[in-house]
Amino acid sequence: MVRADFDRSLEELQGDLVGLGEMVEKAILKSMDALERRDLTVAYEVITEDEEINEKRFELEEKCIDLIATQQPLAVDLRTLLAVLHIAVELERMGDYAEGIGKICMIIGDDEEALAPLQLPQMAEKGIAMLRGSLKSLVERDTDLANDVWDSDDGVDALYDEVCHQIFLDMGENPKAIEASTHFLWVAHDLERIADRATNIAERVIFMVTGKVGRYTPPDKGNSG
Amino acid sequence: MQDQDFILQSRGLSVYYDSTKAVTDVDLDVARNRITSIIGPSGCGKSTLLRCFNRMNDLIPSARVEGQVLFDGLDLYGHDVDPTEIRYEIGMVFQRPNPFPKSIYDNVAFGPRINGFQGDIDEIVERSLVRAALWDEVKDRLKSSALSLSGGQQQRLCIARALAVEPRVILMDEPCSALDPIATLAIEELMRELSEDYSIIIVTHNMQQAARVSHYTAFLMVEEARIGFLVEFGESRQLFTNPKDERTEAYITGRFG
Repeated sequence: MVRADFDRSLEELQGDLVGLGEMVEKAILKSMDALERRDLTVAYEVITEDEEINEKRFELEEKCIDLIATQQPLAVDLRTLLAVLHIAVELERMGDYAEGIGKICMIIGDDEEALAPLQLPQMAEKGIAMLRGSLKSLVERDTDLANDVWDSDDGVDALYDEVCHQIFLDMGENPKAIEASTHFLWVAHDLERIADRATNIAERVIFMVTGKVGRYTPPDKGNSG
Repeated sequence: MQDQDFILQSRGLSVYYDSTKAVTDVDLDVARNRITSIIGPSGCGKSTLLRCFNRMNDLIPSARVEGQVLFDGLDLYGHDVDPTEIRYEIGMVFQRPNPFPKSIYDNVAFGPRINGFQGDIDEIVERSLVRAALWDEVKDRLKSSALSLSGGQQQRLCIARALAVEPRVILMDEPCSALDPIATLAIEELMRELSEDYSIIIVTHNMQQAARVSHYTAFLMVEEARIGFLVEFGESRQLFTNPKDERTEAYITGRFG
């Protein structure tokens, strides 16, 4: 394989990764839609469609392994392939969280008494924005954008704390709501983890571009800490 | 560099072939008991630079060296330095295995004999072959012709021959380029073992090899106006995963030129 073919393969791999990201985004949106509308059909779809996400991840992994074995990549090529491998796993796990929310929807069933905390859709919205941002930072090799994604995680964590606090209060006030509240606590946990995984993707993008692990500090600001 | 104990240091080193400059102003610190790789495109002066470290360029009439090479602080190109003696201290292994058309034993014994060594030659031959990881394969046929050995064995014999005169540094000029992958791995393993007792400089076109075996790597380049200048030098681990200079990045990822 000549260099141009290798470049093409790397581009394809990136396209595949973005495609996987889109599948995951769709799964998260569908799971939250199912939760909001108590739509068990949609929830069931999210659960069954997770298999496609898993398969896509392994497909990506195989392509990476092929390229590592045949191209023996170095420097930015090596970092790119390692980043793709990591990011594929992160995305696949995000898909699992969406599947988890789908399963919770199935458990809650059509219980209309169980009212989901308002912070949950907000958390999902932020998580999806982080997912999009992280993949955009990958495509554009944009460390500033990756940093923004990294920083956004605090907002999701704050919402998670808020929702936990709210749920614990509800449990205390209304013991009948404990079961439903516990389920919502799990949803909140899944959403919080989705945002964490988006942060991990941003971290990998920074590694891919700079070779350094951790939030990116531009060299001219490096001395400030 | 983490290591501060350098056995060889070049300062402002340039080499000319007649009026053509083949190595330009190289400052390189070679760490003791470590493996240092020199990589770079064809014609970038890698081998010429390597040959400066044991004055092999003296044998090329048109070659002229400027600058300094310090060997444990001694100026290698000083007036009172005998290049032949230097070549015992700083041995060399070449691209193609070049055993003498003699027996295995006589190849290894050659250096000590012409040095007038009076002690136990058998012991030197055995020790050198053991160090070169060849002893077990040849101990029962030491009198056989060296040319009856495989390419990989011949190269290890050449390493044994270099070791027999107790060098401190071994220079290797693409030592595996004529060998198959198995023989290459054997030489690479041997280099790693030897680096506990010897300082090694290797010129290689095989970047994976440089990444695998060497502790430090120097990248030399050639441009229209300049030949054989040092672009980047550092720990191999760092240079091959995250080079500092974009020209190094371009070369090691095959985007060069």
